[in-house]
Amino acid sequence: MAGLGGRMSTVIKAKISKMLDRAEDPGETLDYGYNKQLELLQNVKKGIADVVTAKKRIQMQAQKHEQQIVKLDTQARQALAQGREDLARTALERKSGLQAELQSLDTQVKELEAQQEQLIANEKKLRQKIEAFRTKKEVIKAQYSASEAQVRISEAASGVGEEMADLGLAMQRAEQKTEDMRARADAVQELEAAGAFDDITALGSGGQDEIDRELAQLTSGAQVDDELAKMKAELGTGSGEADKPALGQGEQA
Amino acid sequence: MIVRIAGEGQFRIPDEDQDKLNELDNATVEAVDAGDEGRFQELWGQMLAIVAADGNALPEDELVESDIILPPRDTTIEEARHEFTGEGLIPD
Repeated sequence: MAGLGGRMSTVIKAKISKMLDRAEDPGETLDYGYNKQLELLQNVKKGIADVVTAKKRIQMQAQKHEQQIVKLDTQARQALAQGREDLARTALERKSGLQAELQSLDTQVKELEAQQEQLIANEKKLRQKIEAFRTKKEVIKAQYSASEAQVRISEAASGVGEEMADLGLAMQRAEQKTEDMRARADAVQELEAAGAFDDITALGSGGQDEIDRELAQLTSGAQVDDELAKMKAELGTGSGEADKPALGQGEQA
Repeated sequence: MIVRIAGEGQFRIPDEDQDKLNELDNATVEAVDAGDEGRFQELWGQMLAIVAADGNALPEDELVESDIILPPRDTTIEEARHEFTGEGLIPD
C-alpha cells in the first residue's frame, strides 16, 4: 500500500495486528476484533454528532450576523433621516462587510452539510462492513483450521480497518473545516462588537496586498454609495438636501 | 485491482488501468512539484475519471484492503504536496 493509504491506516492497522497477535485462539481473536470494531463505531457516531453540533453553532452565528445587518440598516436610515450622512455611511460600510462575511459563511455551511451527509452514508457503510465481519467470523470459526483462520481474519480485519481509517480521515477534515469556520465567525463577531469592522481587511492581511485592500474598499464603497442614494431617495432627501435635517420628511425611520 | 477514493469507497478496476493511473500519478507529482495548480487539477480529474469509467463499487460484504488509495476528491494542491511526492501514490 502506498501514499495516503500508508499514512492513513497505519495506526489502525497497527492496533489490529497487535490485537491479532495477542490471542492464541482465532475464535477469541475474532470475537475481540468484532467487539473492538463496535467500540470504534461508537466513536465514529460521536464524532459525527460533534460535527453536527459545531455546524449548528455556526448557523447561530450566521443568524446573529443577519440580525446585526438589519440593525445597521435601520441605524443608517435613522442617521440619514437626521442629516448625518457620515454616520449613515459608516453603518452601511459595516453592513456591507458583514454581508460579505455572511455570504461566505452560508456557502461554507452548505459545503459542511454535504460533507456531513457523506459522513453519515459512510458510517452506514462501515456498519454494514462490521456486520459482514460478524457473519464471516462465524463461518471462519466453523470451517477453517487455526492457521488458515488466522490469515483470513487478518484480511477481513484489515478491510474493516481501512474503512474505519478512511471514515476517520473524513471526520478529521470535517472537524477541521468546522473549527476554521467557527474561529473566523468568532473573530468577525469580536471585531464587529469592538466597532472595528472597517479595519478587518487590514487586520486579516495574511495573504492580501495593498491592491487587494484598495479593490475591496472600492467595491464596498460603490455598494455603499448606491445604497446611500437609494435610502436618500426613499427618505426624499435625494435632491442635494442631504446636509439639512430631514426629520419629518418621507417615511419615518 | 481494488482502488479506494478516500471518503467515497472502494472500486474494482481492471488491472490494465494500473499503468494509466501510474503514468498520471507520476505526472501529477511533477505538476505538484512545479506548483502548477491548473495542471494538477487536470491530471487529478483524469485519475478520478478512470475510476469512474472503469470501476465497479465493491459490495459492502466484501472485506478487502485496497491496492491503491486515492486522496479525497476535493484535495487541494497544498494537501496534495503531502500525498504526491516521490513515487506518488502508486510505487513505480
